[in-house]
Amino acid sequence: MTQTAATAIRTPTSRPGGLLQPILALLLRDVRVLRRGFRQFVVRTIMQPLLFCFVFAYVFPKIGQDVGGGRGGPNFATVLVPGLIAVAIIFQGIQSVAIPLTAEFGYTKEIEDRVLAPLPIWAVGLGKIIAGALQAVVAAAVVFPIVLLVHAKGQAPDVSIGNVPLFVVVLLLASVMSASLGLLIGTSFKPQQVPLVFSILVLPMTLLGCIYYPWAFLTPIPWLKYAVLINPLVYMSEGMRASMTPDVGHMSTAMVLLAMVGISIGMALLALRKFRERVVS
Amino acid sequence: MLTTRVIPTDGQAFIAGIDVVRDPARAKRYIGVVPQTNTLDRSLTVLENLEFHGRYFGMRKVEAAARAADLLAQFRLSDRAAAMPSELSGGMAQRLMIARALVHRPEIIFLDEPTSGIDPQTRLALWEILRDLHAAGQTILLTTHYMEEADALCERIAIIDNGAVLAEGTPAELKTRLGAATVVSITFAEDPAQLLDHVGALESVARVEQKDRTIRIHANSVDGQLAEVIALAARHDLHVTDASSQPPTLEAVFLSLTGRDLRE
Repeated sequence: MTQTAATAIRTPTSRPGGLLQPILALLLRDVRVLRRGFRQFVVRTIMQPLLFCFVFAYVFPKIGQDVGGGRGGPNFATVLVPGLIAVAIIFQGIQSVAIPLTAEFGYTKEIEDRVLAPLPIWAVGLGKIIAGALQAVVAAAVVFPIVLLVHAKGQAPDVSIGNVPLFVVVLLLASVMSASLGLLIGTSFKPQQVPLVFSILVLPMTLLGCIYYPWAFLTPIPWLKYAVLINPLVYMSEGMRASMTPDVGHMSTAMVLLAMVGISIGMALLALRKFRERVVS
Repeated sequence: MLTTRVIPTDGQAFIAGIDVVRDPARAKRYIGVVPQTNTLDRSLTVLENLEFHGRYFGMRKVEAAARAADLLAQFRLSDRAAAMPSELSGGMAQRLMIARALVHRPEIIFLDEPTSGIDPQTRLALWEILRDLHAAGQTILLTTHYMEEADALCERIAIIDNGAVLAEGTPAELKTRLGAATVVSITFAEDPAQLLDHVGALESVARVEQKDRTIRIHANSVDGQLAEVIALAARHDLHVTDASSQPPTLEAVFLSLTGRDLRE
């Protein structure tokens, strides 16, 4: 069934081209899938922040429970807004990249479909990071009005994005970071281990990620204050805080940005390497 | 290795003049791959599976849509265009994967054991598809464990065992490599040792061997073979109790090359 090896090269339909076109096509594929399941995307993205805001910024003030304020500091809604946006972003990285990827490597073997694209393997992985980051930005946009608007009377969060470029940079870095983390998790765990990932990784990351309290508030527990610095979510929350609620005490902006750039690059490179190891043997 | 997914320990391989190890991304433009298991994109419809593949390979939207529609028609899947891959039967999913491999008009398509574990009807339908593609000028490389499949479909066959090519050639070449075209076995009531030299001297006989009271004649042609040997036997007062003749199969070639030990 074969012709001789020296057959004249027939020009295939595909244009010889750079990486851009195939990566773009992979992104378009992800956008198509996101659009098809957009309702589900919105529901899974808003439930957690919606319930948090409802309980802590509406129910608690109404029933006289005071959380987060108390010492003349910001009200809890103000603390929550940047934190909940950060957590929405990190969840998206895990839900839109890691969970599908464990299935694609595991039982569906669907990854074989994507890596047929005429790209180096790392570029297919990079496509996944970009698509995940885009979804994280969309998730942040979906969550933003909710965390801003759901609160009891008089408990409105004090949010002012004075420094728009800083906000954009933090948002993009946070999105890339969470998508890279998603790729790393997706290439490191089997589908059966996803529940484990949630209990050993996602839960501690979110509860100790300075979402419900600014980092500066941890001063009374010095060991914890420094231990949480290994948690990438801390820099995302603090970066959001620096750009959205600058009046609340936050980590220095320079340190936040430095950590975010460093972690994003390191995590992306590590994730791409693992991705390649999983695909090529 | 040729599909760029396994890095060879040694050596080189070229597809359409492209080194698959050094430039896998470019090599992928010239190959189409049909894996053994269903690897279709579960999140896209049947039509979109083909459309997006076209776009991965640089086709414009309209171009990819037209190509996808053509292939669906060719593979009798047009009425399932809007279905999800999970709604397809095994045979349909496989046809869609072959269509997917062809979207970008590759130089060569690879099929990995395409008929393992499928029913006879689906297998025959697949054979037809492959014959049509081949007749239309498509180079196809398929791996299979079924020797009759290789015999029925392939122009050239390589028998590979433990990573080494043991033999390569057309089905006819591989069969004649056994030394003969047909094996005639004749069993006698008496010891036929005295007959061996006479039979070996016959013009069309390549080789003759004896095992107990049976002689096995490797013959270049079957015409009159059996009758001639039986006449010879009668002259030597030998009585035939059983006789059979069988053309050598690729299976026999395969087993004679690889041995009968179980492969673990």
